[in-house]
Amino acid sequence: MKYKFEIICLLLIVGLFALTQIVGNQFYFFIGFVILQYMVMAIAWNVLGGYGGYVNFGSAGFLATGAYTAVALINFLDVGLVEQMIAGGIIAGLLGLATGYLTLRLRGVYFAIATLALAIILETIVAHWDYVGGAAGTSILPKRKPELLGELIVDRKEGIFGNYKEFLFFLMGTVAIICVWISRYIENSKLGRGLNAIKDSEEAAECMGVPTMRLKLIATAISGGMMGVAGAPLASYLTFIDPLSAFNLEYAINAIAMPMIGGTVSWAGPVIGALLLGTAQQVSSLWIQSELNLLIVGVVLVVFVIIAPEGIIGWFRKSRKGSAR
Amino acid sequence: MAVFIDLLLNALVIGILLGGFYAALAIGLSITFGLLDVVNIAHPTMLVLGAFIAFLLNSTLGIDPILAGVIATPFFFILGWLIYQVYYNVFEKSGAESLRGLAFFFGLLFIIEVGLVIQFGVDHRLVEAPYIGESWNIIIGEEIDVAIPFRLLVAFVVASIATLAIRAYLTKTFFGRAVRAVAQDMMALRLMGVDPIRVKRIAFAMGVATAGVGGALMIIVLPIEPSLGRLYLGNVFAIVVLGGLGSISGTLLAAVIIGVAESIVATFFGPSWAPAVSFGILLAVLAFRPEGLFGKTAGAH
Amino acid sequence: MTRNLTNRVRVWLVAGLFAASVVLSGSFATTAQAQNKDPIKIGFSMALTGALAGGGQQSLLAMQIWAEDINKKGGLIGRPVELVFYDDQTNPKNVPGIYSKLIDIDKVDLIVSGYGTNLIAPAMPIAIEREMVFMGLFGMDNNSKWKYEKYFQILPAGPNPAVGFSQYWFEAVESLKPKTIAVIAADAEFAQNLKKGAVTNAEKMGLEIVYEQNYNPKTADFTPILRAANAKKPDVIYIASYPNGSAGLVRALAEVGTDAKAVGGGMVGLQFSGLMAGLGPMLNGISNYDFFVPEPTMDLYPGAGDLIARYQAKVKADSLKVDALGYYLVPWSYAYVDILGQAVNAVGSLDQDAIAAYIAKTKFTTVVGDVKFGPNGEWDQSRTLVVQYQDIKNNDLSQFAQPGTRKILLPGDIKTGDLQTFGSLRK
Repeated sequence: MKYKFEIICLLLIVGLFALTQIVGNQFYFFIGFVILQYMVMAIAWNVLGGYGGYVNFGSAGFLATGAYTAVALINFLDVGLVEQMIAGGIIAGLLGLATGYLTLRLRGVYFAIATLALAIILETIVAHWDYVGGAAGTSILPKRKPELLGELIVDRKEGIFGNYKEFLFFLMGTVAIICVWISRYIENSKLGRGLNAIKDSEEAAECMGVPTMRLKLIATAISGGMMGVAGAPLASYLTFIDPLSAFNLEYAINAIAMPMIGGTVSWAGPVIGALLLGTAQQVSSLWIQSELNLLIVGVVLVVFVIIAPEGIIGWFRKSRKGSAR
Repeated sequence: MAVFIDLLLNALVIGILLGGFYAALAIGLSITFGLLDVVNIAHPTMLVLGAFIAFLLNSTLGIDPILAGVIATPFFFILGWLIYQVYYNVFEKSGAESLRGLAFFFGLLFIIEVGLVIQFGVDHRLVEAPYIGESWNIIIGEEIDVAIPFRLLVAFVVASIATLAIRAYLTKTFFGRAVRAVAQDMMALRLMGVDPIRVKRIAFAMGVATAGVGGALMIIVLPIEPSLGRLYLGNVFAIVVLGGLGSISGTLLAAVIIGVAESIVATFFGPSWAPAVSFGILLAVLAFRPEGLFGKTAGAH
Repeated sequence: MTRNLTNRVRVWLVAGLFAASVVLSGSFATTAQAQNKDPIKIGFSMALTGALAGGGQQSLLAMQIWAEDINKKGGLIGRPVELVFYDDQTNPKNVPGIYSKLIDIDKVDLIVSGYGTNLIAPAMPIAIEREMVFMGLFGMDNNSKWKYEKYFQILPAGPNPAVGFSQYWFEAVESLKPKTIAVIAADAEFAQNLKKGAVTNAEKMGLEIVYEQNYNPKTADFTPILRAANAKKPDVIYIASYPNGSAGLVRALAEVGTDAKAVGGGMVGLQFSGLMAGLGPMLNGISNYDFFVPEPTMDLYPGAGDLIARYQAKVKADSLKVDALGYYLVPWSYAYVDILGQAVNAVGSLDQDAIAAYIAKTKFTTVVGDVKFGPNGEWDQSRTLVVQYQDIKNNDLSQFAQPGTRKILLPGDIKTGDLQTFGSLRK
């Protein structure tokens, strides 16, 4: 069947919706949201980093762009969450494009450091922008009864979702599934093959007539846009946002570590990595009362990359190849 | 006018001294990352480990922090040796790209940090030494005087000596030349009968070993706590890249440029813009000279 | 064949590792202490690692002492008390998940907040949605937008916390008849709020602000900042800083000096044992906010001295890696759970509405003196002390446990000293 994957995606979205209606325990939506947000970040990072070999160290900057676009929109127009996410994606995508123009002549670690520099400059600018709270941060009140296209979305009795967190979870899950679809599409398209060629050897790719600059710009824009979409609901999730939490180094770390653990060559890598590392982080911090929770995350990271330096996907492929011989 | 000159002179002096301090933080990375292409992002956290060792020796035995840093150096050398051993077997042996090691070093960063929390707690720590909190006032003219804080002067002098020594070692000795060659042409080294892996292992251990004295300087200049390393992660990488990968003196100069820029901005424009200015310089340099100020190979690495 | 085998071994290895990490984490979780009656569970997140962990760990220990005390007295409404808590790593992002787990999985009966404004904020909507009483620990104006009637906050900065926080510092420096002021603040949430309040107070006093700058948390050296401020010749300098900046500015003051007559105000961290001992005599002359100091007049706070002594003994006996003295937060973190406990006992049930109504109307007597909450659940008056560091001779921590090193300048009823100019107390 030609559209098998698309049908699975649609079924998954329906499944997510069903979950929000069946599961009564809110807790699962809270941690589900966090893990799904990381998953989107990991997928987004992998579009540029995994396929194209360009390591983005400043993922937090794109995420925060989405988050602060949302804050500005809430303050300025009081728009709903879905609009915030679309706008966050557009602005962060444009930022990605601009980053591409500025830095894509750089290779390898130079590119990585340049993206980090951009994130830090952005953080300084946001810290001086009082309209969105500046360095002091700002608190955001989610709407009491948000509506979308005339439908009441969140209300305990009459809304589609009984609770704001269910809504956030469903939105983030849908975004994650769409991102999976996009990244899988890219992987099998001209864009993905071109990026792979760039990763192997940029000079060779150029000689073969691959429009390297254009492909890279498309990739940075898509990657940045996805991160912006992931970041936009952060303000509504935390109800308080300041530069320190939006530009947290943790996002940059996870966006890189998750695909690396899962495997960077395929769309499934970041998904597996986010599920694994995200779950390990949540489980360890929510079941261990002491500072040991961070230690476990560190040990899991080191052990996994030692066992499977090519990521879990790469490791399975290698084993399969080995056993076939 | 006198006030302006006074401020400018002081900003320059402090900036240069601060640059020396930054160089001490970045020099180890200049070896491991710049020369050997190992993306050791746990380096700043290793510096914090070094700072805590200096704190421990200073607070229990009353040893001068710099001396404590020297004492800790062999320990860091062994630590670096072991880390490289694992890193080589997992990543380099199979020819994986250096960026693959990122997740590995992220993990190390967490492990060292939590180890410090468990061992030392989370309080801010300082050391005692006669040169902390004292300064040397040089009166130049009416309303113009330059105050040189001793702790920054000590950091600057120690960092400069260490940097020059490492530079001399890498350029003058056979082993040093081998280290520089290993980054460029492994085969040539093999043909010369030198084991490139051994060279890299020792060089990596040297880079990590700088965390002993570097950490000591860190706690002399500012109060430390276990998660401090993350704060300076961006700065040290920026300095190494700005200086040009593989150039030890480039690192020192880049550190001084960043130090002076930060202190001028803090004096005349507002300290909260300082990081934006230093990273802006980095971006501007990369835009025109993608290989950094003193790098040799063009861009690709 | 062998390939296949190693392959399978590998799969099991990964699966096993993952399972082990899950099981391992499970085994660390608290098991309810064996007690006859069902315990009342009080849940909260706390910063045990990360930037605010110094305060978080201190608070946790104080709360554990409170739980011991209350259980010795027979618990709350006849049931023992159990604390359920998780490390939020000083990262706001972890907070919603933690409170959801506390409420939905651990089924706690009562919740209190973690330490600090931006770690309180993400828990607010959950408390509001579940209509639970929410006690705040050192949050700055968290409730001004929500106006949630079941939120009560223990930071004693009055109904307008940002302004109330520095109110006494400005009253204290008024005796020096200043005309100009320099304001230096960290680029972060708490310090920025303090700065806003300080600017309001300065304008109220008619002071001219000659220098106003923020510094970034990454700043390694503060001498250029102090020099730039000095160049404007301010009569007093107000500083709103975090621990790193506080220590950096104190050192810069020792190295560069200043002609300002009063320096300090909102320097976070100078109250912590590690920094006090590390900075030692360099602190002399600085006037700063505080919440509790070992001055004789502090006996006004019933039981506080005893509590601190027990905290210090416990830290020593178990050689815990937390603040050795504990003046800064211990009484306050004890008090905010204690008020909740007193209210539960008075109401006689866990009815959240009744508890909130009781807390709102009652004047409580606690280890931090009499507490009465006003609008938005903030204190109805400011009780933030202003102290001046005096007579510090060396880097020995024990001198800070004695009276005299931190003289209380205001409020008047517990005053133990007069403000002296900064310069007169330097060597």
